[in-house]
Amino acid sequence: MSPPADLQTITLPSGKQIQVHTHLFINNEFVPGTSGKTFETINPTNGKPIIAVQEATEADVDKAVAVATECFEKVWKKVAAAERGKLIFKLADLIERDAESLAILEALDNGKSYKIALEGDIVDSVGCYRYFAGWADKIHGKTIETTNDKLCYTRHEPVGVVGAIIPWNYPIMMSAWKLAPALACGNCIVLKTSEYTPLSALKFAELVKEAGFPPGVVNILSGYGSPTGAYLASHPGVSKLAFTGSTLTGRKILESSAKSNLKKIQLELGGKSANIVCADADLDEAVKWTTAGIFNNHGQSCNAGSRIYVHESLAHEFIERFKKEALAIKVGDPFHEETFQGPQISQVQFDKILGYIESGKKEGARVVTGGARWGTVGYFVQPTVFADCKDEMKIMQEEIFGPVVSIATFKTVEEAIERANGTSYGLAGGVFTKDLSTAIRVSNELKAGTVWVNCFDLFDQQSGFGKELGEYALHEYTQVKSVKIKIDP
Amino acid sequence: MSPTIQHFTTTKGVKITRDAANDPVSSPIFSPLPVNTGLFINNEFVAAKDGKTLDTVNPSNGKVIAKVSEAGPEDVDLAVHAAEKAYNDVWSKTSGKTRSRLMHKLADILESHAEELAQIETLDNGKGISFSRGFDVAELIQCFRYYAGWADKIHGKVIDTEGAFSFTRHEPIGVCGAIIPWNFPLLMLAWKIAPALATGNTVVLKTSELTPLSGLKFASLVAEAGFPPGVINIITGYGPRAGDALARHSKVGKIAFTGSTNVGRLVMKAAAESNLKKVTLELGGKSPNIIFDDADLDEAVKWAHHGIFFNHGQTCCAGSRVYVQEGVYDEFLKRFSKISRDTKIGDPFDEGNFQGPQVSETQYNRIMSYIEHGIKEGAKVATGGKRHGTEGYFIEPTVFTDVKEDMKIMQEEIFGPVVAVAKFKTLEEVIEKAHLTEYGLAAAVFTQNVTKALEVSALLKAGTVWVNCVNQLDYNTPFGGYRQSGFGRENGKYALDNYTQIKTVKVNLTRSTRST
Repeated sequence: MSPPADLQTITLPSGKQIQVHTHLFINNEFVPGTSGKTFETINPTNGKPIIAVQEATEADVDKAVAVATECFEKVWKKVAAAERGKLIFKLADLIERDAESLAILEALDNGKSYKIALEGDIVDSVGCYRYFAGWADKIHGKTIETTNDKLCYTRHEPVGVVGAIIPWNYPIMMSAWKLAPALACGNCIVLKTSEYTPLSALKFAELVKEAGFPPGVVNILSGYGSPTGAYLASHPGVSKLAFTGSTLTGRKILESSAKSNLKKIQLELGGKSANIVCADADLDEAVKWTTAGIFNNHGQSCNAGSRIYVHESLAHEFIERFKKEALAIKVGDPFHEETFQGPQISQVQFDKILGYIESGKKEGARVVTGGARWGTVGYFVQPTVFADCKDEMKIMQEEIFGPVVSIATFKTVEEAIERANGTSYGLAGGVFTKDLSTAIRVSNELKAGTVWVNCFDLFDQQSGFGKELGEYALHEYTQVKSVKIKIDP
Repeated sequence: MSPTIQHFTTTKGVKITRDAANDPVSSPIFSPLPVNTGLFINNEFVAAKDGKTLDTVNPSNGKVIAKVSEAGPEDVDLAVHAAEKAYNDVWSKTSGKTRSRLMHKLADILESHAEELAQIETLDNGKGISFSRGFDVAELIQCFRYYAGWADKIHGKVIDTEGAFSFTRHEPIGVCGAIIPWNFPLLMLAWKIAPALATGNTVVLKTSELTPLSGLKFASLVAEAGFPPGVINIITGYGPRAGDALARHSKVGKIAFTGSTNVGRLVMKAAAESNLKKVTLELGGKSPNIIFDDADLDEAVKWAHHGIFFNHGQTCCAGSRVYVQEGVYDEFLKRFSKISRDTKIGDPFDEGNFQGPQVSETQYNRIMSYIEHGIKEGAKVATGGKRHGTEGYFIEPTVFTDVKEDMKIMQEEIFGPVVAVAKFKTLEEVIEKAHLTEYGLAAAVFTQNVTKALEVSALLKAGTVWVNCVNQLDYNTPFGGYRQSGFGRENGKYALDNYTQIKTVKVNLTRSTRST
């Protein structure tokens, strides 16, 4: 039996019909998977399947890696840096042109608000591609003085074939954060999307081809973590794997590198980021930023500010205002103009979050607002605020990845810092204070990759997020070769 | 008089008066070229305050192409104040990301007008149309795109110190002045404006009185790209009037100059006498081209030809002295004389021509006088030495031999299609001879031996050393002079340093009392 066609029609909630790609994108072509297997991607607003897409299995990973390797050695390596930059710019322009189509797919598949996808996720992704396009012809090595009889210099070369495994919480954006620097540095890529959100990347694949990238530079596979992601992570033809996802899976990825070809690994995992609201904080600002910090993207952000330490003198007032903000959040249909919070991504996540909510109640935290399902259809959870939390509680230690925040109080800033540093995580943190010294001292002492002062969740392509974004990302996608030329006397 | 009225004479000798707003300039071969002729200040074209204009001439036939407005000190003042206001009110508050977008937009618009820009460049400067298209205009666009990419990547540092949190900011200077020459009008404009804009400055650029037209065409595209008024200002004028006014203006924080060493001194003096503005100078050269016995001779001949005759010898880094090791001297000279003699010279709009006219009558006379001097001092003319044709400022590709190091033609920059070829025995000897001028802009070495190449490049006191090539410039590798060829480096990341100033901020973290 021949496989289903690549382009298929789906009907949006509005009644409008759109076409989506469902095949794998390898060598600039949409091709069915070798096994013939497909899987369904679910609409989280109602739990119903949207469409079935091809599932990439081991043979498809082999194929993709092979074409990426061939392309790198024979073609991409020889393309001038400025030309690479130009292609990435073109890609950014095309994403901008087709922003609405991409945002629709993002909202449909992930459940996030269409407006937020359009004005946030897509805009950020376009900016990311443009930023890194500018780096393409600025990857500098050094010349290094050693002894007079040698000329020594370094080359910052591409690693070759990069594998990327991205999560479902910001599908287009996560792929941008990986693809943009990888391409700028001259690599070819095999990207596996999340099985929960395969659709927008396939539309994006169309744009890769239109932009003029040679076949094999970018390859996109839909598939599961196991077996497809695991196979990619242990593939001997992949020189570097970049992963964003859960800490649990991150461990497996690191292990698989150790067991296979010792490929370079980049992990961006979970968090339990704490916001510290000091006695002298601007209360309204603190409330504004900390509510956004947890409820943005339905709490499905690795850097979500899911713990808040409030100085005891402010606690009562803070919690009152925070509750008010939480109650004002519009939950509902992602395609509705006013919706801020859509459904959680899946049944699994939904169950997990409700489980944590029960645990919070059981361990004695006080439910200020929320604490249950929202509505009766789909995976919606009420914005939930816990107060009187103790550090040992599960809801204070473990990543919930939902619209659930845990608030505790503190007496001294030193205590708050110590407690903020008291989980196994260290992705981000925030501090709210008007005092300059406090701001700098606390940000120096928090063990976190990004510290926000008097704000939260502000991203710029330029300043980096851990090792992603900014100039630092270039280090992740290049390898340094030293060349030493002997000069005869 | 309206600044858009122009007077033209086409190469066919037809005189035309037209209003550019409605009826653009004709080029000899292709479709009409629109050019505004005023001073471009605050996104508008305005006449000079005193109404002065100057004629720009077509060097292919010596006839006037157009009258353009000529800036005086009052106009410079206006432009600088516009730039200052734009900086204070708008540009200093514009993010690197936005600057990047605007510069990219401008590059795209320039690209869509590439053919017009190239034709105007060839008409006004006399350089071959294939070069205007394939090099000057292509590099203009590439340069803007490159620096657009730097605009949001201007980093300071955080530096570990005790007791304080210390960091640096790489801030713009404010209003930057630029004075550019006539040999690569658009390219020189790009090399100055692009890094200045990327780092957040506003600009007042004075073009050369000999080649104002392409700068004016460029100016007409600035507003379309979305640059706020006053960010980019382009004025035409003479060095002693407008150039001097710009170099000594108290509100200009930095002056970037490319031109002759003599005028470079004047610019530096003006800066010293006024507000000690920062100065970068890219001046002349008398670059040595060293060819060893083990060079690939055909390659060396080809590159040596390019090294001096490209752009009619009107290149600051021209390889105007060629030192050939005695083992290959005779063969080199034979092949080099032939290739020089065979140079296609003529109408720059003919794509087959390599060499067009020199830019002006003054330059023409100067070069011819160097040739006469060379002959008088006893050098031999192996080929060339005369005017080419009877119209315009064309000079035959000229090769001198039997030269002595102290001859004028070996010491002074001729800036024309005139090269001196000398013989040498040893490496030590040629290194010494290479350094016998005051210059140090560039140098080239031809050899197949890696060690020799690296050794010689380490020994040469020059800002750029070419190995087995000449005149290869990229927008992302630095270019500038040693010694009296100037200071400061253009292109690449290095150019950013010319247009930023560093502020160190130290925040005290210690306190005598602590709050809980």
